[in-house]
Amino acid sequence: MADVAERRASWTGRYPELGTGLVSYEDSISPEFAELEREAIFRRAWLNVGRVEQLPRRGSFFTKELAVARTSVIVTRDLDGQVRAFHNVCRHRGNKLVWDKTPRDQTSGFCRQFMCKYHGWRYGLDGQLNFVLQEEEFSGFSKADFPLVAVNCEVWEGFIFVNLAREPGQSLLEFLGPMVRGLEGYPFHLVTERYAFRADILSNWKIFLDAFQEYYHASVLHSQQQVPALRTFETGFKVPHFQVSGPHRLLSTGGWKGVPRHLTPPDQMYPIESATRAGLMGPWQRPDIPELDPARLPAGINPGNLDPWSISNFQIFPNFVILVYERGWYLTYHYWPTSHNTHVWEMSFYFPPARNASERIRHEVTAVVSKEAGLQDAGTLDGTQMGLESRVLSEYPLSDQEITVRHLHKVVGEWVQSYLRGGQAARA
Amino acid sequence: MLPEKFADLEPFAGKWCVPTEAARYAQRLASTMAEMQAFYDAAFPRVCDAMAHLDQFPLRELPYRELNLLHLVYSLVMVSLPVEVWHQPRVIDSGTAYFDRYLEPVP
Repeated sequence: MADVAERRASWTGRYPELGTGLVSYEDSISPEFAELEREAIFRRAWLNVGRVEQLPRRGSFFTKELAVARTSVIVTRDLDGQVRAFHNVCRHRGNKLVWDKTPRDQTSGFCRQFMCKYHGWRYGLDGQLNFVLQEEEFSGFSKADFPLVAVNCEVWEGFIFVNLAREPGQSLLEFLGPMVRGLEGYPFHLVTERYAFRADILSNWKIFLDAFQEYYHASVLHSQQQVPALRTFETGFKVPHFQVSGPHRLLSTGGWKGVPRHLTPPDQMYPIESATRAGLMGPWQRPDIPELDPARLPAGINPGNLDPWSISNFQIFPNFVILVYERGWYLTYHYWPTSHNTHVWEMSFYFPPARNASERIRHEVTAVVSKEAGLQDAGTLDGTQMGLESRVLSEYPLSDQEITVRHLHKVVGEWVQSYLRGGQAARA
Repeated sequence: MLPEKFADLEPFAGKWCVPTEAARYAQRLASTMAEMQAFYDAAFPRVCDAMAHLDQFPLRELPYRELNLLHLVYSLVMVSLPVEVWHQPRVIDSGTAYFDRYLEPVP
């Protein structure tokens, strides 16, 4: 009986399939494993490559480099308004079709057709080959046989996803599953003032994912988020709600010791926070947009019914994270592997468009303060990767609130094993 | 460069009226703590006045001097953590990490 009670009391105990044993991070230091992940995960899972606001009108396009899949995709809004994706490769001689300054840099813009810089072949926004220079010199040739190679592309809540499999094992909605789909109805379309960051990170992609999917580290690595009088290593940060659904995870918090930052007394915060009335958790004042009132948000945003509630952190497999903040804004992370021990990391903050300078300044405070905390996480990764690569140890313990770390590495292993067995992608 | 009411901040305008976060971050790393402390000590007591002043104008049509003042407030935000928290230009324990802000609202 005691054992059952203990299990219920722990998050790990609620998901017995995750086990409680030591965990290996060989999956984060092995070049061979990273090669397997390319096929087993990144060419099979649905990948978020952007948002519909990046395609404001018909003919808008952007390119997305997917080094992990050794390809680049063109994402565009065609003349019917539909969002489509194509491999960024000309059918003629294999040249990269759309690029601006250098073939390796991403680009975006507006056009009526895509023209190859090499021999001038032109493709419509629907991918059809429309023009071939001196077409009569190609024998037995029909333009209809040489459209751009389409990539499976679906839009969910304004987020554009691609799937590089010829035939995805699941539709996007099946893949996302009920927990992630709990975000449906959040007014993403009203929260469009974007601050975007990019960084080259010296660690495996999963090691950084791990850093932002547990808060056990918060009171130590980010001790300075508290004014000196409040810093203590005696009591750590506890996360009041975890959930696992298929390959995805969710964790929600209610703030430091259950007190939202904007309600802490002025002497317990930094002067710039109380002067501007904004900080790490966002502007103190939620914008008066009815759709952002927590009472009106979809129930799936705070499925643990936390009160107070401040953040829900949706970890969408494999490499996409959405954090929804109670103060009326959200942020995203993406982790794009470039080798077994490096990746490109992206972070975007989204606020409702500022209506005056004060609102814009408050967004700036949040974007600056949040970046500073993230730099501590990123700065530490280098050391984690080095420690793991030393192979001095092969297995490590995880605490109950690090269940998310346990889950990610288990799911990654399952997808790779499924691929090696010659099967299709593991089902979400 | 600044609205008349903020003439006291004029000595800092040349260095700190910087329109992009990337340039403000670079300016911070290239500055001494003494420089940032002096700017902070002068600008911090004026931040509420500056926000109230700027709110009298449409954000996307700020006159030249007001736009400079907005950029100066952004710089105050940029130096506030080195002054209030880190006591050094770089974030403590940030190692070699950097995050490039490549997209932001204008202004």
